[in-house]
Amino acid sequence: MKKLLKTYPDKCIACHMCESVCANLYFKTDEAEKSCIRINDSVSPIDMNVCNQCQACVSACPTKALTVTAQGVVMLNKKLCIGCYMCIAACPTDSMHRYLGGLNPFKCIACGACAKTCPVEAIKIETEE
Amino acid sequence: MENRKVLAEYKYELKPIIRGYNRRTLYVNLSTLEIKEKPVSDMMIEKFTGGKGFDMYLMWHGVKDDTKWNDPENEICISFGPLCGNTNYPGSGKSIVTTISPLTGIPVDCNVGGHFGPYTKFSGWDALEIQGKSSEEAIVFIDGDKGLVQILSAPDTEINSHILSDKLHEEFAGGEEHLQHVSTVSSGTASDHVEITCLNFSFWDKRRKLARLKQAGRGGTGTVFRNKKLKALVVKYSSLAGDTNAPEDIETLQNTGLKLHKEIEKGDSSQCHMREMGTAHLMEIMNDYDLLPIKNFKYGQMPEAIALASWEFKKLFTQGMPDGCWFGCSLSCCKAVDDFLPRTGPYKGQPVCVDGPEYETGAGCGSNLCIWDPKDVVEINFYCDTYGVDTISFGTSTAFAMECYEYGILNKERTGGLELTWGNADAALELLHQMARGEGFGLTVGKGVRKMKEIFAREYGADPQLLQDMGMEAKGLEYSQYMSKESLAQQGGYTLALKGPQHDEAWLIFMDMVNNLIPSFEDKAEALHYFPMFRTWFGLQGLCKLPWNDIEPEDNAKTDEPAKVPEHVQNYVDIYKAVTGRPLDKKELILQSERVYNFQKVFCMRMGKGRRIDDVPPYRAVGPVTEEEYLSRQERYDKQLQDKLGIDPSGLSTAEKMALTRKHREDQYQQLIDAVYKRKGWTPEGVPTLQHLSSIGMDLPEVLEVIKRYQ
Repeated sequence: MKKLLKTYPDKCIACHMCESVCANLYFKTDEAEKSCIRINDSVSPIDMNVCNQCQACVSACPTKALTVTAQGVVMLNKKLCIGCYMCIAACPTDSMHRYLGGLNPFKCIACGACAKTCPVEAIKIETEE
Repeated sequence: MENRKVLAEYKYELKPIIRGYNRRTLYVNLSTLEIKEKPVSDMMIEKFTGGKGFDMYLMWHGVKDDTKWNDPENEICISFGPLCGNTNYPGSGKSIVTTISPLTGIPVDCNVGGHFGPYTKFSGWDALEIQGKSSEEAIVFIDGDKGLVQILSAPDTEINSHILSDKLHEEFAGGEEHLQHVSTVSSGTASDHVEITCLNFSFWDKRRKLARLKQAGRGGTGTVFRNKKLKALVVKYSSLAGDTNAPEDIETLQNTGLKLHKEIEKGDSSQCHMREMGTAHLMEIMNDYDLLPIKNFKYGQMPEAIALASWEFKKLFTQGMPDGCWFGCSLSCCKAVDDFLPRTGPYKGQPVCVDGPEYETGAGCGSNLCIWDPKDVVEINFYCDTYGVDTISFGTSTAFAMECYEYGILNKERTGGLELTWGNADAALELLHQMARGEGFGLTVGKGVRKMKEIFAREYGADPQLLQDMGMEAKGLEYSQYMSKESLAQQGGYTLALKGPQHDEAWLIFMDMVNNLIPSFEDKAEALHYFPMFRTWFGLQGLCKLPWNDIEPEDNAKTDEPAKVPEHVQNYVDIYKAVTGRPLDKKELILQSERVYNFQKVFCMRMGKGRRIDDVPPYRAVGPVTEEEYLSRQERYDKQLQDKLGIDPSGLSTAEKMALTRKHREDQYQQLIDAVYKRKGWTPEGVPTLQHLSSIGMDLPEVLEVIKRYQ
């Protein structure tokens, strides 16, 4: 079982509310580069990029800073992270992020804050077996 | 937990590192129990950069002209370099170990992974200098969390590294969460008895829940270590983060590292497969090109060698693990065989984790001995590591002994009953166990090839010329595992290497022999200038060579000089500047190395070696020694007589053709040396000129004083 944020690009209206909510929640900023979900409306259909909890990063981490919760969500333990970014390169969907000036990477933990604010239900927290 | 006495203690101030440097080194004297710190001067940084440069500088001022390996004043220096310990760029966790070698009598340098280097550096030290001999078994402990260095008694009964290292990790960690914050250096029981030994540097593998071991392999470092009654070095450091090395420009460092991570992620599975097989991926490639040493370097190819192909080792290596020997190395080449069950020796039947085999071990302890079962190679690898034996010197020394056995120079009576026939893995393993027990013919093989040549000539009346021709050593160090017969440039690469014939200075075989990119003597001389200097730089910085060219950018082949991997060289310039904040370009990078390289060269001369008379290859490294070797590649050698010398081989006896081939090849080698010395700024005798030393800024008084002896 894994809990994840599912995306529905055909519904997305590129309001970028999700990016703003996410960046504010974690970094107290509106900067889209500090959001775990990324909306690229320069392509068609709109590209909605967010972690699908595939765990490829978990096996790449040399300090076991990335672990999987009982709900199947990949979490980063910042105390163990040594900022090598091997997880970023290992991510097959480019959904592990970093920001300039920071040390640790960050990713979607399927908290659902963005989904609650999406006006068109283009993102939803779902569970997969 | 052992009951340890504190023999000496030194408290020091913990200070943040500044742009890759601590500006102090740690000195420990095991005879006097003195522990102190020494400042790192601006001159040291400008002239010697760090890493091997600091080691050489400290050692030079610690030893005398006539210091022997087992004199108390001989030192073991371990240094790390300004880039060492960054977690951003792959291959950034190397330590460089130097000592006066029991095999060569001159400084040997080894580049080794594991966590000891970065943790010791972040504990506050740019180098560790150990001198003297302890009166009792001792451990040196550096506590980088508390700012404390201790010399502790070591009543431990265990010496072999795979057990001792695990125990010390558990003892000094003080809890499971700190196991990965400890690293050890140790050797093994063979280092109490023989000279072809190594040191094991550990890193705690969280997934396997044990200490992995990387080797400072060459030149007998383990023998010096044990002669000082050192059982282990231990470091503890718990505060590692992504910016602990305090770089000037972390963004450039992160960006450059991430760029390489992505290159590796995309390219490794179609290039070198380092993540799957490590350097063992070379086995079948070397065999295909007649470069894999077989039967003591007689041949470079045999159909049987396919049994040791990389895919056979891949079956044994656990896959899908982040097998980097330092954090942030996504090349992940240090593969391991898990739950291996040795079939011989004191650990027979006990499941163990074996680091490797890497290529050198696969070739040295496999093909060169005609041992074709990968599991036998793994077992030799395991016992070499835990006993503290260098797999390269063990392979080359055992191959030499096996060839002597083939020719009747040795027999069962002389080997104490061991049948040293090609492929006899049981006999090879028994040699190892004898080295560990300090008994039997293993003690003779463990002296290395040079001493075996003397013994076999003196005691068994063997032909000294044959022994010289087939004994694969130069300067006293055994050759590493590549055939150089058909590459003149590689003959130079091996023989000119300062510490002895190791390929870490230059690996030019494909450039020279396969791709014919350096046809003239001048071309080869330029390559034998550039590549040894470029590769020396890794040791100054605390870096690994492998992420330079065991992964290449997709468009590398389209660049002007693909052999140099220009984009990666630029990466190194960029990350050096990003860490240290100091200016650097590709030219100054080479100059940094040239200063230290020439200093090491003069150091060798100071110790009585290091000139042209010492740069002599055994003929086996140059051409066919025996008739069977010539006949096995007769078509090639005959064609070379025709094409290169204009001699019609028909009608000539094999002996006549061999003599002509030998004269030609030895002449070529001498012409190469003339060209290389000239390019390096040395006299025809191999002595750096005053003008050259001045031009590179290495005209220090102590250097000139040695040079004057050779004017």
